[in-house]
Amino acid sequence: MLSRTADNLYWLARYVERAEYIARILDTTLRLTALPLTYVGSTNEWESAVATAGCASGFFEAYNEANEETVTEFLAFSTANPSSIRNCFESARLNARAVRTALTSEMWDAINGAWLELKRWGNGPRSREEFASFLRWVLGSSLRFDGSAYRTMLRNDAYWFSRIGVYIERADNTARILDVKYHLLLPAEEHVGGPLDYYQWSSILRSVSALTAYHWVYRENVKPWLVADLLMLRDEMPRSLASCYENLVQNLDRIANAYGRQGPAQRQARTVRARLENSRIKEIFQTGLHEFIDDFVEDNNRLGTAVSQQYLL
Amino acid sequence: MTGTGNAVRPAYAELSHWLKEVKPDVLDFRRREAELLFRRIGITFAVYGDPEAQERLIPFDVIPRIIAATEWQVLTRGLEQRVKAINAYIGDVYGRREILKAGIIPDDLVYQNPVFRPEMNGQKVPHDIYVHIAGIDIIRIDADTFYVLEDNARTPSGVSYMLENREIMLRLFPELFSRYRVAPVENYPDELLATLKSVAPPSASAEPNVVLLTPGVYNSAYYEHSFLADKLGIELVEGRDLVVKDEVLFMRTTEGLKRVDVIYRRIDDDFLDPLVFRVDSALGVPGLMSAYQAGSVTLANAVGTGIADDKAVYSYMPEIVKFYLGEEPILKNVPTWRCRESEHLAYVLDHIEELVVKEVHGSGGYGMLIGPKADKATIAAFAAKLKADPKNFIAQPTLALSTCPTCVEEGIAPRHVDLRPFVLSGRDRIRIVPGGLTRVALKKGSLVVNSSQGGGTKDTWVLDG
Repeated sequence: MLSRTADNLYWLARYVERAEYIARILDTTLRLTALPLTYVGSTNEWESAVATAGCASGFFEAYNEANEETVTEFLAFSTANPSSIRNCFESARLNARAVRTALTSEMWDAINGAWLELKRWGNGPRSREEFASFLRWVLGSSLRFDGSAYRTMLRNDAYWFSRIGVYIERADNTARILDVKYHLLLPAEEHVGGPLDYYQWSSILRSVSALTAYHWVYRENVKPWLVADLLMLRDEMPRSLASCYENLVQNLDRIANAYGRQGPAQRQARTVRARLENSRIKEIFQTGLHEFIDDFVEDNNRLGTAVSQQYLL
Repeated sequence: MTGTGNAVRPAYAELSHWLKEVKPDVLDFRRREAELLFRRIGITFAVYGDPEAQERLIPFDVIPRIIAATEWQVLTRGLEQRVKAINAYIGDVYGRREILKAGIIPDDLVYQNPVFRPEMNGQKVPHDIYVHIAGIDIIRIDADTFYVLEDNARTPSGVSYMLENREIMLRLFPELFSRYRVAPVENYPDELLATLKSVAPPSASAEPNVVLLTPGVYNSAYYEHSFLADKLGIELVEGRDLVVKDEVLFMRTTEGLKRVDVIYRRIDDDFLDPLVFRVDSALGVPGLMSAYQAGSVTLANAVGTGIADDKAVYSYMPEIVKFYLGEEPILKNVPTWRCRESEHLAYVLDHIEELVVKEVHGSGGYGMLIGPKADKATIAAFAAKLKADPKNFIAQPTLALSTCPTCVEEGIAPRHVDLRPFVLSGRDRIRIVPGGLTRVALKKGSLVVNSSQGGGTKDTWVLDG
């Protein structure tokens, strides 16, 4: 297939995934800020939301203060923020339009329909209720796109490149949450989790839709090191780093088999997966959670570059 | 719909019954449903210079335009004849130039024509076919008379509407189809692909690699480009996807470079190759012309076909048909005054308020004066332009274009229509799918059917016997 087509499919998937992630961050933040102060402490959750979205520098160029109004506008509706939900849909549809021939009509319908409907929301919600239903709509649109891709696409390189986009973006998003919130997960000595920590930890889980999954996997109260374990090392958790890399290795291998050639992208993905497989959460805490995540983010970016150079340029 | 004396023509009889039976609100409901479908599928076009309406729908009228089988047979023969003559003419202009030597066409009309491409002088093209895809705009004046309004020999567009309009009609009015035997049009993509493959260069493999070259998503016809590439099952490429090495054209794929044999290009000559044509073109492929001239890739349509379809050359088409084929033209030309000739110019200036005056290179309904509709000041301004550069204009009478019933604000009313059938010329034969793009002027009394000027489209039904 054309390199440009593969590139468009890859970015289309990434932008849809990113829109969903931003919506999850906003939803979690809304929940946290709805709690009485005694439960959440004095941290500025809106500022944390901007950091978790990876948009802090852009945000503070445009605004002085992070509050509900400014962050909602910047992360959801701003035209100036390239990763705002609006711009994600905009970019996703531009990419989709450029490769309409490579999409099934269901996928096109999902992304074009979402883009058309976006206009209905205007420049922002008039109430919290309206905003909450906007966020639900974003999640629904992303699920619809993902589902239509899964159910209607031929299983060939077009599908594989699109999946690679999903998993690189997803790994990056999960790592970013961990990067911003890692201090909450560090076990302080003789620390007994108070209600404040409980809501912070569960909000991390919620932002990757893993709160229920946590209970199923561990059958325990929410404990910070287990939250980290679930998000990083558990294969069965679809948004974990390990699961993303299992999928990346698989999809890259399918491409390599179809084309009859392995390359740097395949090697890079296998190296990262091996590191995740061989790590235990206890050791990661001992050697430094933050350093581990920093390294992972860099490795993940390196894989993105390798995929681009090998196939998309 | 009606002939002389207001009798309903036989082809329309059944439709006329049906329109009487069907309730107006049903029609209106279907009309809105059609619009939703178009919006959902994403059939839009861009209007240049109107950023607000970057993606607009062409209005679709749900009442079909119907052509009887006998009428279509005459049209088909006329179209084949005309396109054969066009191909012979272009080959001659870039070859031996017999028609210039015979004094039938003035030299300067060719040599000083901005769309004449000296790069094509003496250039062989596979099987001597220059115009593989032609869109010939036809109007009908009365029951038996079809005129050609315009030949489109460069990159004619609109065929996606022929196909999508039919899809939508089949979905919305299955009942109406059961009352008529409508010839299918859905084989157009297959016919087009067969045509394109048939003109692959001799060096190509048995399964030639055909691609569609588009200027990109911002082009007004981008929807059609992606639609056709999809239906043909070929890659939709942009200039940046292509690269020329040692006079051979390749496309960049995820598996490395892959050779390209035939380009169905939907990009103008000017932008094809910045090394030969416009240096500022970012849409083209550097070196494409060198590969083309080396014969390693076929361009459809060929470079330089504009020499056959400007409005000044148009006026010579009857002579062109006679010169190359030795036949009487089956399709008539609209009587045309060439303002380049002083007698004609004098006549045009005298009768300007009765005439339609057009720029030779204008298209899309831009740059024209419709005398009977214009006020004094507009006419005076246009006359001044005409006098300053008469070569650049032709004039035609305002014709009583045939009308077709159309859903408008006040109900069902007659509106003027034209028809663009598509003629495919391959190595083996000429293929014409029974149908075309019917454009309709939605404003009462208007003769301008162009989508950029408020025109709409209809499905075109050619009856099958």
